[in-house]
Order: sequence, then C-alpha cells, then structure tokens
Amino acid sequence: MGILKNGFSGLRVLKEGLTGNKGWTPHWRDPEPKAEYDILIIGGGGHGLATAHYLASVHGLTNVAVLEKGYIGGGNIGRNTTIVRANYFLPGNSEFYSHSLKLWEGLEQDLNYNVMHSQRGIFNLFHSDAQRDAFVRRGNAMINQGDDAILLDREGVRKHLPYLDYDNARFPVFGALHHPRGGTARHDAVAWGYARGADSRGVDILQNCEVTGIDIEGGGVKGVQTTRGAIKAKKVGIVVAGRSGQVAAMAGMRLPIESHVLQAFVTEGLKPVIDNVVTFGMGHFYISQSDKGGLVFGGDLDSYATYAARGNLPMVEHVMEAGMTLMPMIGKAKILRSWGGIMDMTPDGSPIIDKTDIEGLFIDCGWCYGGFKAAPASGHCFAHLIATGRPHEAARGFRIDRFRTGYGIIDEEGTGSQHNLH
Amino acid sequence: MRINCPICGDRDHREFYYRGAAMARPDPDAGEAAWDDYVYLRENPAGETRDLWYHASGCNAWIVVSRNTLTHAITSTELAAES
Repeated sequence: MGILKNGFSGLRVLKEGLTGNKGWTPHWRDPEPKAEYDILIIGGGGHGLATAHYLASVHGLTNVAVLEKGYIGGGNIGRNTTIVRANYFLPGNSEFYSHSLKLWEGLEQDLNYNVMHSQRGIFNLFHSDAQRDAFVRRGNAMINQGDDAILLDREGVRKHLPYLDYDNARFPVFGALHHPRGGTARHDAVAWGYARGADSRGVDILQNCEVTGIDIEGGGVKGVQTTRGAIKAKKVGIVVAGRSGQVAAMAGMRLPIESHVLQAFVTEGLKPVIDNVVTFGMGHFYISQSDKGGLVFGGDLDSYATYAARGNLPMVEHVMEAGMTLMPMIGKAKILRSWGGIMDMTPDGSPIIDKTDIEGLFIDCGWCYGGFKAAPASGHCFAHLIATGRPHEAARGFRIDRFRTGYGIIDEEGTGSQHNLH
Repeated sequence: MRINCPICGDRDHREFYYRGAAMARPDPDAGEAAWDDYVYLRENPAGETRDLWYHASGCNAWIVVSRNTLTHAITSTELAAES
C-alpha cells in the first residue's frame, strides 16, 4: 500500500530533513480517466473525497473515480471558518454530528495525515435568562447524545475569555454553553488527507474534469459525459454543494435547494489572543484564530439566492458591528481578505443523503452553512448508502422526500420549513 | 445592491424582504406533486432569475425582480400585482 511506503512519521520527517527533503512525492496521482468505473463521485470537495476514501477503506470498493471540475481544495472545503462541533439538538442531526465528531477524533490516525484538528473548545454565549434556558435544553440534548456540554455562568466564562465586553448595555454576557470537544481543523489538509487516503487505495482523482451530462437509460444511470470524455459507471453519487441544482438538472431533477452566499473574513496575522471558538448569541458572529495568527470570523447569509461567490456590504457591516459589540479589542485588527461561499440551502436547514428515483443515482447535498464539520460523517454515510443500498443509521433522517411528505422535517432553528428561513 | 421599486424608486436592498423564486401559485386542489413543486422544489438557476421581494421598510409592495444570480445585475422590476 502506498500509504505505508510513503507514510508520514516523525522518523521520516527527520530522515527527509537530513537528506535534503528529496524523498517527498506527490500526495496523489494525476491519472487519465478510464472508460468505465464501478462508481463515480461527482464533486471533489471535502464530502466527495471523504466518500471516496470510505468507499475504499471501509467497503473495499476501489474501482472508483472522483470527478472534480476545478482542483482539489479549490471549493468550499478550502473556503470556510473551519469549525468542528457536535452541539445539535434535534434527533436526526444530533446522532449524525456526534458520529462526525468521533470520526474527526480518529481522522489523523485513519488518514496518516496531520489535519491539525484542534479541540480548543467552543463557547456559545448567551445574553438573557430565556437564552440560558434554551442553552440548558440544548446542553442536555448534547449530553444525552453522549457528547459534552458545560453550562458556565458569567464568572465562569470570564476565566476563559477575559476580553469580552461583559457589561455591554444592550447585550450583557450572562454565560455560555461550553463544548470542550469542539474546535477547528486545517480545512485544506482535510481535503488533501482524504484525497491521499482514497488515491493510495486505488481511487482515481480526476481534476479539471467537469461533468456536462448524466446518461440515463431505462430509469437507471449508465454514466456521465465530462470535459475529459464519456465515462461509464453502474453507480453515480452527486455531492457538489452549491452547484447541486445544476448537476441534478442534468438528471432531470429539481431539488428542494436554493443557493445562497455566506461571507467570511480573515485579519492580518496577530499574536495568539483568541484561544477558542467563540460565538455571539445576539447577532451572527463567530470567531477563532488560525495557527498562522489570522482572526477567522463569519456571519449570516446575505439571504438572497446567488452564485456570485461574493456578498454585499450590509452583511459585512453587520458582522463587523457584532464583532465590535462582543470584543472591542479586535477593532484595530486589519481585515486581510473576505470571501463568499455558495451554500446549498434546504427549506428546513438540514441536509439530504439519499437515493434518487433514478436507479444507481445517489445524492448528498443541502449542507447549508454547516458542511465542514460534517465532511467525515457525510462521506462515511454516503459511502455506506452507495455501497450497501441502505441508509447509514446515523443519517437515516436525511431523506429527500421529507419536504413532500412533511414527515421527518429537521428544523433545528425552529423557524419553519420553507425556503429563506434558515 | 439597489432595487428599483416601481413606486418608490431606487432603494437599498436592506429595505426589502427576499421571498424567493417568483412562481405561479397552483390551484388549491392541484394535488400533492404540484404543491411540492411550488413550495419546495426550485430551478435554482445560475444566471437569469425572477424572484419576489417585499418592500417591508417602504411602501409594502410585492415586487418581481429580474436579476442575474452570477453578477447581481438587476435587469427589470415590476409590481407583482401587474406581472
């Protein structure tokens, strides 16, 4: 196995360091497409690469190709705020994100790759008695799921986060729900690690290979057309995030999805100042500090359908105001860059991992603005579905027909099951 | 982004509430598939689209906005009541 021959270890780093670092090789091959595979995964993002990795490592299915229209790490997997957590409340979501966090905790050993998973803890701040009650309820749901949650009062929070504006006249800090196992990971490394894991087991990763058509005959999928030629396959999985609508349309499908933009921001590199992930409970603002020193933070959707991958100024203004309200100390940090990612929003804010009405065609989409932390479990459960034809226990709630039937809606925010509410 | 309200003129998009794709409402007895289509399923186009915006902080008009989801360019606006 290539992963053993080219494995990473302290000994190898030492040896390469002493011999001019001439022994390192590319992490994955750049093969020509074959005429036919058993399984094609459309989309080489975090979820698609994870799916390919688990198809190979868990199910022993290696005659697989991942079709990526751009390059590995160039989509949302390399453009997010890198937060990893399992603090969901509703059945359906709760067991899924719990499953994902457990996969995260073993990911570096599984992949033999340093994804810089850092369980630095998340503090979800609350600012009123009513919000404390809601967070107590959420914390109990997390504990019932087997995950960790600690309720902190104001002084308890102050020990961890001395820099907040506790006495803000409008939004004083009452306390926080602390999720110690939550944290961050290096997003690009997750893509690279999964790509290397899949490739080393024989999966072909085909970059610059855009799918332009899906071939369907007699109600079953037969393969795809791509910019690098036609490729036959018995099974095809669509996992393309914000572009789900366009790819599904190639199979004649309409999805319960609207694509929206979510903006995020990074400052210049600073000395270590924010040790954890912190979220503001009275506005859309969440922040952590990368190992390079940049403050990484984001806000809410701009809240209209768009593929422009850039937002408008009102949301920029809101995010900056929320940040300054919560932690005025960051006011002099200079914003280095901002970006907007295309989010596949479902009506209830929860994802879809399911079969379609077309035999052999599967879909994994609707990750809204929470896809990064989900990547391991999404890949694990999507691989299970494609390999066995049955939903994985942890993802059985993510049915595509829940909107049509009204049964099994997973409305985590409690705002309703309708577009534009999440 | 500024939206040209047919009644109020050019206004900041913060004055408007976005309501999504402008679709024809089916008959009440059109059946489950038609209502699923109307309430949930979307073209979600990358390019030209028509969607509904409500001038909540203005004249309360419902407006059909034709715009491009790749560029944010707005090509036309009209009152929903007249479209």
